Amino acid sequence: MADVAKEYRTVTEIVGPLMIVEGVSGITYGELADVKLANGSLRRGRVLEVSGDKAIIQVFEGTSGLSPQDVKVRFLARGMELAVSIDMLGRVFDGFGRPIDDGPAIIPEKYLNVNGSPINPFARDYPNEFIQTGVSTIDLLNTLVRGQKLPLFSGSGLPHSRLAVQIARQAKVLKTGEKFAVVFAAMGITFEEAEFFIADFRRTGAIERSVVFVNLADDPPIERIALPRMALTTAEYLAFEKDMHVLVIMTDITNYCEALREISAARREVPGRRGYPGYLYTDLSTIYERAGRIKGKKGSITQIPVLTMPEDDKTHPIPDLTGYITEGQIIINRALHTKGIYPPVDVLPSLSRLKDKGIGEGKTREDHADLMNQLYSAYARGKNAKELAVVLGESALSEEDLLFVKFADEFEDKFVRQGENENRSIEESMRIGWELLSMLPRGELKRIREKFLDKYLPAR
Amino acid sequence: MNENKGEVIKVSGPLVVARGLKGARMYEMVRVGESRLFGEIIEIKGDSYSIQVYEETEGIGPGQPVWRTGEPLSVELGPGLIKSIYDGVQRPLDKLSYEFGEYIVRGAEKPALDRSIVWEFIANVKIGDNVGPGDILGTVKESNLVVHKIMIPPNFSGIIKKIESITGNVDEVIAVIEGEDGKDHVLTMVQRWPVREPRPVSKKIMPVEPMFTGQRVIDMFFPITKGGTACVPGPFGSGKTVVQHQLAKWADAQIVVYVGCGERGNEMTDVLMEFPHLKDPASGESLMERTVLVANTSNMPVAAREASVFTGIVIAEYYRDMGYSVALMADSTSRWAEAMREISGRLEEMPGEEGYPAYLGSRIASFYERAGSVICLGSDQRKGAITVIGAVSPPGGDLSEPVVQATLRVVKVFWGLDDKLAFSRHFPAINWLTSYSLYQDVVDEYADRIFKGEWSKYRKTAMEILQREAELEELVRLVGVDALPHEDRLLLQAAKMIREDFLHQNAFDDVDTYSSTEKQFRLLKLIIIYYEKIKKAFKEGATLAALTKLDVLEDIAKAKFIPEDNKKQFDTIEKKIEDSIVSLT
Ligand SMILES: Nc1ncnc2c1ncn2[C@@H]1O[C@H](COP(=O)(O)OP(=O)(O)O)[C@@H](O)[C@H]1O
Ligand SMILES: [Mg+2]
Repeated sequence: MADVAKEYRTVTEIVGPLMIVEGVSGITYGELADVKLANGSLRRGRVLEVSGDKAIIQVFEGTSGLSPQDVKVRFLARGMELAVSIDMLGRVFDGFGRPIDDGPAIIPEKYLNVNGSPINPFARDYPNEFIQTGVSTIDLLNTLVRGQKLPLFSGSGLPHSRLAVQIARQAKVLKTGEKFAVVFAAMGITFEEAEFFIADFRRTGAIERSVVFVNLADDPPIERIALPRMALTTAEYLAFEKDMHVLVIMTDITNYCEALREISAARREVPGRRGYPGYLYTDLSTIYERAGRIKGKKGSITQIPVLTMPEDDKTHPIPDLTGYITEGQIIINRALHTKGIYPPVDVLPSLSRLKDKGIGEGKTREDHADLMNQLYSAYARGKNAKELAVVLGESALSEEDLLFVKFADEFEDKFVRQGENENRSIEESMRIGWELLSMLPRGELKRIREKFLDKYLPAR
Repeated sequence: MNENKGEVIKVSGPLVVARGLKGARMYEMVRVGESRLFGEIIEIKGDSYSIQVYEETEGIGPGQPVWRTGEPLSVELGPGLIKSIYDGVQRPLDKLSYEFGEYIVRGAEKPALDRSIVWEFIANVKIGDNVGPGDILGTVKESNLVVHKIMIPPNFSGIIKKIESITGNVDEVIAVIEGEDGKDHVLTMVQRWPVREPRPVSKKIMPVEPMFTGQRVIDMFFPITKGGTACVPGPFGSGKTVVQHQLAKWADAQIVVYVGCGERGNEMTDVLMEFPHLKDPASGESLMERTVLVANTSNMPVAAREASVFTGIVIAEYYRDMGYSVALMADSTSRWAEAMREISGRLEEMPGEEGYPAYLGSRIASFYERAGSVICLGSDQRKGAITVIGAVSPPGGDLSEPVVQATLRVVKVFWGLDDKLAFSRHFPAINWLTSYSLYQDVVDEYADRIFKGEWSKYRKTAMEILQREAELEELVRLVGVDALPHEDRLLLQAAKMIREDFLHQNAFDDVDTYSSTEKQFRLLKLIIIYYEKIKKAFKEGATLAALTKLDVLEDIAKAKFIPEDNKKQFDTIEKKIEDSIVSLT
C-alpha cells in the first residue's frame, strides 16, 4: 500500500490527460492520487497502470497548467469512493460527488467503491413489471419494464431531452405505495440542457426525490469517466439498500465515450473502430449492466441512457456497442421530427427486448401482444408501399396498398404523435391502436387471434 | 526467493506481469496479491511472466506476491455438472451467491462440483478386468435425463484391483487400478482436465445424422447435423440470442452446454428461470435436466470471458466421451474474440486486422474443430458428438469484419440474420437467400427416407418460389405489381405464404415455438399443393381474384398453431384445398 504521507515530485511526462510519475513504491492499480499544483490547488488522479517504479495517472480535471517541475503527487491508498447517504436526495453534485448546490455538506452513511462489482447473474431477478410512461410508442410497442436498460438513440438537435424528461415525469407502475427516485447523470451537456431537466424536476416537485450529477460541456472532460459511476453507485445504494425504484437517466453517453477515447489516444493504445478503444464494449457494459433487479431485494434500477449518434449513424461504434448491451433501443428519427411529429419515435427499428415479459393479461391486457404485432406489421407494410409510391407514383399501388399507406399516415399522426404533457394510460394507447386498425379489412389482421378481434375491434 | 513465489512488477487492467516464477509453464494457474486473485500465465519472456487475471485487479501493485500452483487452468469433471451455472473459470455462481451475496466478490472460491451431494455409483466392471482409456467403470444417475458414466481418464490403463458400487460424494474412492507402472492408482468420480487441451477421441467420423431443432427455417432449409458447426451472425436485435435459446430448448441433443460469453446478465437469468419449467419434447422432463450453463456476462472480468468458451467446450467433450450427443451454444463468439484482442493489446503484441491478434483465425478454427462426430475412447467403440453453434456480433452488422470472416472459413452452416427482416418482425430473421447449409444433402437423404422423397422435393420447390420472388420484386419496384402476368402474381402469393405461414415462427407462442419434422413437412406441403393446384386451375380458366381469395387460405395461415397431437387437422385442410379449388373450375 502506498505511503499516504509521502509526496512525489518526480513527474517526468505529461501527455494529454495523463501524467507519469517515477520512483514510486507501494502503488497499486486503480488507486487515487492528489495532484497538487504550485498555486496550492488540488486535482484528482487515478492510477491507470503501474510498472516497476513508474505509475501512469489519469488526471480528471485535465493537465492544463501542470508542469513536471512543480506538481506534487500524493497517493491515497484507496480506490475511487463515494460517500452516500439518504440526504443525497434533492441535491446536486459534480462528477466527483461533491455538492455544487448551496446545500449543507452530506454526512456520509458509508463509503462505497464507485466501480461496484458485477451482479451475480444467478442473483438477478428477471425484469417483468410494466412501467407506464404515458408515451404510446413506448408503452404499447416498446414496453419498458422495471430493471431494464433502454436507451434513446438520437441525433443532435432532436428532442431526446424533452422525451427523457417526459418519461421521468410520467413513469409509474400500476401499483401504489412504493418508493421512487430519479438519478440524473449529465455528462458534457450544455448548461441550458441541464437546466431544462433540473427546472422540470423542480416544477413537478420531482427534485425532492432526485439526485443530480452534473458535468457540463465546459467542465473537465475526463471527469465524465467518473460521473456515471458516481450516479450508479448512488442508484445501487438507493435501490438495494433503501428499497427504492430508481430511474437513472444518463445523457449524453457520446460525451462519455469521447472522454474514454481521449485517454486511450494519450496512452497510444491500438485503436478499435473509428479510434475508440477496443475495450469500449466492456467499459460500457460496466455501466449499463448495473441496471436490474436482484432476488430478495425490493428496489430496482431502470436505466434510460441517452446518446446522440454522430451523423445519425446507427452503425457508429457508440450506438452499435450500446445496442449490443442494452435491452433494446428507442430511436428518435429526424424525418419524423421535421414533419413536426413529437415524440419522433421511429417504431420499426426501435425495440424493447423485455416487453414480452411485461405485457399481457394481469400486467397490461390480454390482447397487448397481438395488437402490438399487428400495428407493427401494418405500419411496416404501409411504409413499404409508400416507398414504392415514391418511385412509381401512387397510381402503381393496389387498392389495398393505398389503404395501408393511409394507415401509416394516420398511425404517425394519431398514435405516434402526442403532447409533451399528454400522459396516456395504456388503455388509451390500446384504444387508439384498435381504432386505427379498424381502417383495415378484418381479413388483413392476421396477427391477431380471432377472439380478440371479436372482443376489441371497433365496428366500422 | 522461494521457487513457488514471485512478485508483481506491473499491473495494467486485467494484465499483471510478475518475476521470480522460475519453472512456471505457459497456462499455469497462479494466485496474485494478498487477496489471492486467480490468474493464468499467458506469456513468458525471460524472467518476466505475463498473467491474465480472472478478477478485478484494483489494489494490486508492484512488490505484491504471486504464487505458483503448478497446475494448468483446469475444469473439474464429474457428477453434478448438469443443472449447474458456472462463471468462465468454472466457479459455481449459485453457490457463490448463497455464500457471498448478490455481487461477485474478489477471491471468492467454491469447488465446481458440490461435495454435499451424495451419488449412487453402480459399478459395471469387476476385479481383474483390464481397462483402458475411456472405458466405463460404472454409472451414476445424475439427473432425470442423464446417466453419468464414470470413465477411465484418457492416457491411462491397468487392471482393476478393487471396485465397488458405493453411495457417496464425488471424492469417494470407487476403484483402485494397478497401472502399467505397476503402482496402484485410486480413482474417484472426479477428473480434472486442462481447459485449453482438447480431450482425445478414438477417431473422428463424418457427421451425417441431422440434429433437428424444431425450427422450421433451420430444419427444412438450412439444417445442421449432430457433430456439425454453425454460426449465427447478425446486428444487434436481429435475433441471435433467441435462435440460440430456441436451439438450447428444442434441439434433439442429449446434453446442452450454453455459454453466455460477454453478453447480458438478464439473458442468463431468463434461461435460469425458464428452462426448469419447459419440457423436453422427447422425454417430457424439464429441460434443465440436460443443461449446463456457463455465464460470464459482459461486465464480468474479461480474462474469464476469454476462458469461458474453453470451459464450456471441455464440459461438452466430457459428455461426448460418455457417448452422448451434445450441443454447445456460444453467445457470442465476438465477445470472446474481443477478450482476446483486449489481452493481446495489453501484451503489446503486433496487432492484425482491426486490432485483433494475428492468431485470431487459428483460435477460432481450433475452437470449431473441437466439434464433430466421433468414435469415443473406450473399448465399446461408442459414438458421441458435439455440435457447436456460435453467435457472431459484427460491428454495425458488417459481415466483412475479421471475426465473421474467420468463422465462415470453418463453419459449415451459415444462418445470416437480417435486420430488415427483424424490423418487419419476421422472425427468425434468417435470410433465406444468403444463408446456407453444407449438410443439406445428408439431411435430405435422411429425411427423404422418412418422408418418401418428398421432404427435399417440397423444399426445393419452395426455395425456387422464394428465389423467383426476389427477382420479381426487383421488377415490381420498376413497373408496379399490376404490370405482372397473373401467373407471376400467383407465385408471389405462394412466396408470401411460405414466408408468413411457414418460415415465420414465433418463439414466444406456446405451440409455434416448436415444430416436429412431421409438422414442418405437413405445413410446407399444404402451401405447395395449394400453389400447384391454383396454377393448374388458373390454366384451366379460374381467375386470379378467385384463386387468391379462397377461404382455405386462412386455414393454411393458422395451420402452424395446430398442436402436435392433432395432425389429422392437416388432412382436413388438404381436403378443403382440393374441394375449394375444384369448385372453381
Ligand atoms: N423467433 C422469434 N420470435 C419472436 N420474436 C423474436 C424472435 N427472434 C427474435 N425476436 C425478437 O427480437 C428481439 C431481439 O432478439 P435477440 O435474439 O435478443 O437479438 P440479438 O441477440 O441478435 O441482439 C427479441 O427480444 C424478440 O423481441
Ligand atoms: Mg444477443
